[in-house]
Amino acid sequence: MAKGPTRRTFLTSALAGAAAAGGVRAQTPDPAIVELQPWMQALGEGVDARPYGVPSEHEAHVVRRNVDWLTADPVSSVNFTPLHELDGIITPNGLCFERHHAGIAEIDPAEHRLMINGLVDTPLVFTMEDLKRFPRENRIYFLECAANTGMEWRGAQLNGCQYTHGMIHNVMYTGIPLRLILEEAGLKGSAAWILPEGADASAMTRSIPLEKALDDCMVAFKMNGEALRPEQGYPLRLVVPGWEGNMWVKWLRRIEVGDQPWHHREETSKYTDLLSNGEARRFTWEMDAKSVITSPSPQAPITHGPGPTVITGIAWSGRGTVPRVDVSLDGGANWVEGRIDGPSLPKSVHRFYHEFDWDGRPLLLQSRAHDSTGYVQPTKHALREIRGAESIYHNNGIQTWAVNEKGEAENVEVS
Amino acid sequence: APASAETLGLGRPALPEEIAAWDIDVRPDGAGLPEGSGDVLTGEEIYLDLCSTCHGAFGEGAGRWPVLMGGFGTLDGTRPVKTVGSYWPYLSTVWDYVHRAMPFGDAQSLTADEVYALTAYLLYLNDLVPDDFVLDRANLAETPLPNEDGFFLDDREEVELPLFSGEACMTDCKENVGITMRAAVLDVTPEDQEAREARGEAAAAADQGN
Repeated sequence: MAKGPTRRTFLTSALAGAAAAGGVRAQTPDPAIVELQPWMQALGEGVDARPYGVPSEHEAHVVRRNVDWLTADPVSSVNFTPLHELDGIITPNGLCFERHHAGIAEIDPAEHRLMINGLVDTPLVFTMEDLKRFPRENRIYFLECAANTGMEWRGAQLNGCQYTHGMIHNVMYTGIPLRLILEEAGLKGSAAWILPEGADASAMTRSIPLEKALDDCMVAFKMNGEALRPEQGYPLRLVVPGWEGNMWVKWLRRIEVGDQPWHHREETSKYTDLLSNGEARRFTWEMDAKSVITSPSPQAPITHGPGPTVITGIAWSGRGTVPRVDVSLDGGANWVEGRIDGPSLPKSVHRFYHEFDWDGRPLLLQSRAHDSTGYVQPTKHALREIRGAESIYHNNGIQTWAVNEKGEAENVEVS
Repeated sequence: APASAETLGLGRPALPEEIAAWDIDVRPDGAGLPEGSGDVLTGEEIYLDLCSTCHGAFGEGAGRWPVLMGGFGTLDGTRPVKTVGSYWPYLSTVWDYVHRAMPFGDAQSLTADEVYALTAYLLYLNDLVPDDFVLDRANLAETPLPNEDGFFLDDREEVELPLFSGEACMTDCKENVGITMRAAVLDVTPEDQEAREARGEAAAAADQGN
């Protein structure tokens, strides 16, 4: 690999008007420096102009996007987090992907109630005010839709990590351990399952084993420090760390305690994983270790030419932390350990980097997550050998981006 | 289950009327079903009136709206058709879901009798009952769906985790690596014009650079 830009690449990039590499002499003065820019002279807006700030107009392309052919209508549908434009591990609230089954319920928190009923000593009703008097905790967790990467089971289909991997977000939740709320009602001896239910028109329900409910589930009212966004369940949602996003019931209005699962629509017709023999797995709750390179990627090509290049991406596991991520430049033939930077928290997104000197040759980029249980993210081939290509959910196979000489990246599969 | 811990005394007891209003869930054993009944022909009338616009006159699905009937014998094929008849394990789920969430846009507008009738009609559409069939609280749990035994508990811990755990190859893991499939060939990715142009410009600049 070349140590730095060659004389030829320097000359041609200078001719093309591209930014010169460090240490290289400019031939003409840079107008960004020698010409007075408006912001250097005129006064800007005052502190009253933006009571709730929004991103720079130059970031207007960093938005959630929809794939309209995926679903029959935009009300029971999904959009995608722009992973290719983000860094670090926290997803900004306004960019967290959305998945609704009956649109966004707009709830007046004064009219919202949480009911606990079923196999409890005393069925209870809480107002939002009541809930804010419980002891709180703050936890950072990823929420990944079970169908994330689901369109890729049969092969490379959507061109961009926003579309292939963007049904995920990672925020800090503030809320109440679910255990405290259940104990307030008093669990009967036969209690074994809970059924959380949403207040929206889909009245979303899922069966969750009591063991999980008492372990690390939360009833959250804040994300990243502020109230939940309406599209994320305002004023109250369930947090089910490490488990498929469908179970994180939004607009949470009721939790029933029972002695067996309910087998509702979202755990029979949906969120069951059909294998090639025609039988289906049910209750596939955990999200297995997974990773993706977010840049370069199809929506984030290399535009700077050969030389120092940053590969970055995210990794996560529903079963623990991600102590290691490997990166391959040649389609999985050879691997190097990437560099994880920032917090390494269980059931949270991790950020990794791999800095290298790109010589301008085509690349086949892959990343491979290892989680704290020793599990290593499998290839898509390895998953298909066990499951076939019709299971829709839980596709955590290794993603490949083909980068060409121009730095453009494409979603591909490799042998 | 654990014994109750010390409580904070927050919240208030729920009234029976309040629980009745919200606790509408139904289980495969019939728990939660209200009194009532409905027959196939009544169900057909309601279905044609409220459901057929999206789901088709015979449950075949209009446009991309869900198909409710047929698909028998397709589950082990390359394009499985997963319907109430071919895939769903329990009739209680049909009753519960139609009652809580359908019609799409007018949820919880159906009476118990209407839901029994619609559920009976869906059975008929799937050739599972004759046209004089009457469904009620008593016989619902005794009316099995064909694919009840088509599901098994998540077995990844036994089948996949051992296989995918352990040492990972780091060098010379493959002899040849070739591209076998490309997303750009399919080209179904939505993209705004601005992003497409920006990518074109970057590519043009890189072209000049080479």
